[in-house]
Amino acid sequence: MMDFGFKLSKSATIDLDRAGTERYEKLCALSPDARTCMACGSCSATCTAASFSGMSVRKVILGLQRGQDVRPLLSACMLCGKCTLVCPRGINTRRLILNLSKSYD
Amino acid sequence: MIYEGKQKIWKDYQKEIPDDHWYFVRSCIRQNFFPASERMFTEITRNVLGKDVYETPYHTTCGGIAYHCDTLPQETAMTIVARQFALMTEAGYENYAASCITSFGNYAEVLETWHEFPELEARIREQLWKATRREFKKPKYLAHTSDLIYHWRNQIAEKAKFRLVDKDTGEPLRIAEHIGCHYAKMFPSKGVGGAEYPYVLTGMVESWGGQIIDYPERRHCCGYGFRQYHVKANRGYCVSNTHKKFESMEPYGIQAIVTNCPGCPYFMDRWQYFIAEQTGKTYGKDGFGIPVLTYEELAGLVLGYDPWDLGLQLHQVAVEPLLDRIGIPYDPKAKYLGVNKEDLLRPSLPQTLKCF
Ligand code: SF4
Ligand code: SF4
Repeated sequence: MMDFGFKLSKSATIDLDRAGTERYEKLCALSPDARTCMACGSCSATCTAASFSGMSVRKVILGLQRGQDVRPLLSACMLCGKCTLVCPRGINTRRLILNLSKSYD
Repeated sequence: MIYEGKQKIWKDYQKEIPDDHWYFVRSCIRQNFFPASERMFTEITRNVLGKDVYETPYHTTCGGIAYHCDTLPQETAMTIVARQFALMTEAGYENYAASCITSFGNYAEVLETWHEFPELEARIREQLWKATRREFKKPKYLAHTSDLIYHWRNQIAEKAKFRLVDKDTGEPLRIAEHIGCHYAKMFPSKGVGGAEYPYVLTGMVESWGGQIIDYPERRHCCGYGFRQYHVKANRGYCVSNTHKKFESMEPYGIQAIVTNCPGCPYFMDRWQYFIAEQTGKTYGKDGFGIPVLTYEELAGLVLGYDPWDLGLQLHQVAVEPLLDRIGIPYDPKAKYLGVNKEDLLRPSLPQTLKCF
């Protein structure tokens, strides 16, 4: 390939028509409450790991809806369950994280 | 897109375009990129349509590109613009036609700024007087040269030797239009048809027999973006915009692209080579690219000018498949012969993008 001294930069666009959402659908089959997330961010605000690692259940759910790999986020979770206590939609976020982690095994 | 809605938008954004007596200013870069385009503008307007189009050798850069690259303060750009207006005033004209979209946007921005801040206009007048002893009147009408070709599109259609129609199927050619960002995105009222669905190129294509094809990223920038391109480290962003447009138009079977800006046809044409080298992908049929033409080149083609006199051999993407489709005759052996049949030498051909 010819060296031009620069390359085609990857676009940050998320094409929802092409994004693979199989993992999100798989998760929803195990944790149907995932679908009720309204992206309020209460989980992220209360998460102890968030300020050190960027962990956020909201980001995890959004990432899955966009077909992105969310494993780096998951690895920081301590499964403490604080996010489950604050979720206004009553989503069992701790179980959601566990189910999702298992789906990557 | 609802067609009736588009019609309404087009009706709301019509601008007055006088029929004759234009002071014409060239672009700094178009003659290097597409050398016959401006020549074709004067040829068509003066010799085919019999219009009075005046130009002066004393015209210089408008400062637009330097201004948008942040290497020139706006007051300096304004004083340069004031000098151009002074040249127009001295020549006895009041209709100003710029061939460059950056210039057109620059002139529109300067006039609007003077309208909002008259004290700034007074200062610029003073600076121009101190520097050059010149005075000026502001143009009564400001147009881009594509506005003028749009205005005379039906007269061109009457004299056309070819129509933008597939000679085998009789179907109108599937053409995408790309409007330079500075044409109407800054001041929608200054462009024919507004900013969202400019009609200026669509009108030409429709009256010359083709059909305009909508695609999702139609209004996306070609990627030039001044600083994106001029700083080599940023060029990847420049080309990624072009790539996004081609990816978006891919499903629609576009056969040609027509543009009205100096940079857009250049980048959309040349970057097809870059994208092909980097990704192995081409967007035309059978390994060819999609030809990108300026509106003057397109007008020249329908009027029956020799494609090689229109400078089409300097395009990266081969134009021959398009010429064959319309049925425009050309001599393949004369492709790289210049003025007076001087041999221009053959360029080396790309590995992936098919060219002649
Ligand atoms: S707190 Fe619950 S609803 Fe809010 S973003 Fe987190 S998971 Fe979603
Ligand atoms: S369970 Fe995980 S995501 Fe939820 S608050 Fe605890 S560390 Fe954060």
